[in-house]
Amino acid sequence: MKYYDKLIFELSREGRTGCSLPSKCDSCAGTDAIPAGLRRAQPAALPEVSEPDVVRHYTALSQMNFGVDSGFYPLGSCTMKYNPKINEEIAAMPAFAALHPLQNDLPGVQAVYEGLDRALAAITGMKHFTFKPCAGAHGELTGLMIIREYHMSRGDMKRTRIIVPDSAHGTNPASAAVCGLEIVEVKSNAGGLVSVDDLKPLLDDTVAGIMMTNPNTLGLFEKDIREIARLVHDAGGLLYYDGANMNPLIGTVRPGDMGFDVMHLNLHKSFSTPHGGGGPGSGPVGVCEKLVPHLGVNVSGFNGNFGVMLRAYAYILMLGRQNVKLCGKLATLGANYIKESLKDVYRLPLTQVCKHEFVFDGLTHDGSCEGRQGATTLDVAKRLLDYGYHAPTIYFPLLFHQAIMIEPTETESKETLDAFIGVMRRIADEAASDPGILQGAPHNTPVSRPDETTAARNPILKFQDA
Amino acid sequence: MMAGFQYFPHTDSDIQAMLKRIGVKSLDDLYADVPEEFIYKGEYDLPDAMTEQEVREFFEGLAAKNPRLKVFAGAGAYDHYTPAVIPYITQRSEFLTAYTPYQCEISQGTLRYIFEYQSMICTLTGMDVSNASMYDGPTAAAESMRMSVAQAKKKNTVLVSSTLHPQVRGVVRTYAEYSGVTVREIASCNGQTSICSLEELMQEGDVAGVIVPSVNRFGIIEDLAGFADIIHAGKALFTVYCDPSALAVVKTPAEWGADVAVGDGQPLGIPLCYGGPYVGFMACRKDYMRKLPGRIVGETRDREGRRAYVLTLQAREQHIRREKATSNICSNESLMALWVTVYLSLMGPEGMRRVNDLCYQRSHYLYSRLLGTGKFEAVFPDAVFLKEFVLKPLVPVRDLQQRLSDAGFFAALETEEGYVSFCVTEKRSIADIDALVNALES
Repeated sequence: MKYYDKLIFELSREGRTGCSLPSKCDSCAGTDAIPAGLRRAQPAALPEVSEPDVVRHYTALSQMNFGVDSGFYPLGSCTMKYNPKINEEIAAMPAFAALHPLQNDLPGVQAVYEGLDRALAAITGMKHFTFKPCAGAHGELTGLMIIREYHMSRGDMKRTRIIVPDSAHGTNPASAAVCGLEIVEVKSNAGGLVSVDDLKPLLDDTVAGIMMTNPNTLGLFEKDIREIARLVHDAGGLLYYDGANMNPLIGTVRPGDMGFDVMHLNLHKSFSTPHGGGGPGSGPVGVCEKLVPHLGVNVSGFNGNFGVMLRAYAYILMLGRQNVKLCGKLATLGANYIKESLKDVYRLPLTQVCKHEFVFDGLTHDGSCEGRQGATTLDVAKRLLDYGYHAPTIYFPLLFHQAIMIEPTETESKETLDAFIGVMRRIADEAASDPGILQGAPHNTPVSRPDETTAARNPILKFQDA
Repeated sequence: MMAGFQYFPHTDSDIQAMLKRIGVKSLDDLYADVPEEFIYKGEYDLPDAMTEQEVREFFEGLAAKNPRLKVFAGAGAYDHYTPAVIPYITQRSEFLTAYTPYQCEISQGTLRYIFEYQSMICTLTGMDVSNASMYDGPTAAAESMRMSVAQAKKKNTVLVSSTLHPQVRGVVRTYAEYSGVTVREIASCNGQTSICSLEELMQEGDVAGVIVPSVNRFGIIEDLAGFADIIHAGKALFTVYCDPSALAVVKTPAEWGADVAVGDGQPLGIPLCYGGPYVGFMACRKDYMRKLPGRIVGETRDREGRRAYVLTLQAREQHIRREKATSNICSNESLMALWVTVYLSLMGPEGMRRVNDLCYQRSHYLYSRLLGTGKFEAVFPDAVFLKEFVLKPLVPVRDLQQRLSDAGFFAALETEEGYVSFCVTEKRSIADIDALVNALES
């Protein structure tokens, strides 16, 4: 990766263009005919650049970026698996890409919705899905709306509280708040699982349901799920499954069988569609039979992110009934392999078998001694960048102060994991002998650690011509 | 044990060696903590695994079943031309296969294009601050509804113009319903948001925000003179919902005195793709910067003093604030933000002028040709439109649509009032337009 310091605006020269459109005919009226009172005073300050300028600029930007195709990306709770290339070709097929969202009588499109619905139902044990949500958090919001609709349709108006474990993804409480629900937090026990004893007193006739991630954000399977489901259902509540951590269960365990009533999936995590630097995703929501009448909540403009659905469906067809059975298991295998290979040099607070991810609580020996500050989780993460790896998720979940959350996925080979393990051990050695190496990291990236405090105190949020 | 699947690199001996290190005997043992009854023992109801060629042929087969129609419809999704450069850039795997740019030192590419995107949205809308993207236009409008109510403290009503696309009003209503916010519609007058109706509703009080389109669902460029004064006198937030392509020509939300600008970036060269992925945009005046939902990229310096970009003002976001965040949004539509950034770079001010000129010229040509068939009446003869317009059909709408579809056109969408709408972008030639009119006359 090499540093490149231009913004597209800085390449601009008056009179250049990268546009190949013709001008309108000279004698015809154009936008000049629009009354002045409805026209903008000044043209927008867009760059004036040629097509080769644009291509070189964005190629240079891409070379300061790291993706799954660049190298190992063990980002916990993000499921950075390989993104198959055939999926991109299918999503770009003009016969799909040219369809207007309000067109009807499209048997080929209908087959995609029905086929993907059926496949996701098979994998999750849910009855049907809606594809309108555009991302995971959007799916959470949709699922919670469905839960509220269900209760209200039964005239049960006072169920406005939702139980959320303290280990939940930040989107869970945020989605609940957007849905107008009051959040009740349930604590994790010493084993990192939802405490059944703490849950019991929270359950009453004001509880709409519980949001659970299983395996949870510590990568641990909530093994009391049967008891939890019984308690919540007996109290008249519903169970929401946060599908962000679905990957280890694909092909082995179905949320529907565990008693979950509503769930979302992140097609951009579990079903191999690319994350695109933060999106587009797709967050279809599946429900059990009794909630099917409420699937129609209207949460986005048209029909959901169809282009993302095409990719996910292509991936599932290639998995097929044969390969699907190994998907979650191999992801789980990789996570446990890394955990067991590093637990002597990184603190492992919870030692039991994990699922697709697990959490270390910082270095066993951080190199601190009299007057010398030890290396933190942030320093480990930044040092990994020097060695050509993306960092794991850090400082989440909030249950540990120095959390390092590692998720390898099933598309990584043993050699890749061994090399990563080797580097993590080397970093632990460096920390023990000279934590300064880590504290100064990264050393080999296009930029070193930026000053984030100044960025927030004195925000510069757009290009301003000097 | 392994059949060999191209996305799974594990050999049998790899698996055995890894299991040994872990200290278990089989892959099943890794699920020993899962109650036995929850281990799925049935056969998954999925097709047999397909090869890559079979998958390709499967989708080619499905694609062939969809009729290929020339699109003369808009209604919130516009068939503008996509320059070849864009997919070439957005398919670069360093962009495509990256996550959200949390590790800024190896994400300067993503961060820099988001900064450029924010800058372009600001210059198009005239606003001070843009976020890094929302899911789509309607959800961006819903977020502006939430932002209005959040800043207004005690007021709990949001007004939406009845000239907004139905999907925008629909999604705003959905979000409002669960937040206990009342949504009321401003009536229309001659195809535009009625300023009288706005005044009446404002006088009833409790209004936290008002959402009005710049180019509305009839294709009309609205005259929003006077709106800001009325809305601000009622201490409400003024949001303008806009088509960003049209903003290259029409008056900006800032010029109308708005506080917030939202809309869908799709008209900036994003393929129709049956409705998504698109990209919502949201920008505001500086005063509301810390109330914006979603990610924001800011400029700073690294330790060596080099210009660097980071996610900033994160105290607004769900991963920090949880239930107190300004929104629950996490993943957005980043790659589609890159899409429109590359589009706007290629087009520049001159290209955006040409697009709008061609849309204006050709849509007006179709408008007069359609009136000439005698099958339509003008509805808003004095209104100014840019690329989309409505007519009153004098023949049954179903027949009209059938005839057009048989001739290879998707056009004449029916509005709530029983009008039909047409849209002409620069992609439709004069010959296409003549063919459409001929299909109606034959």
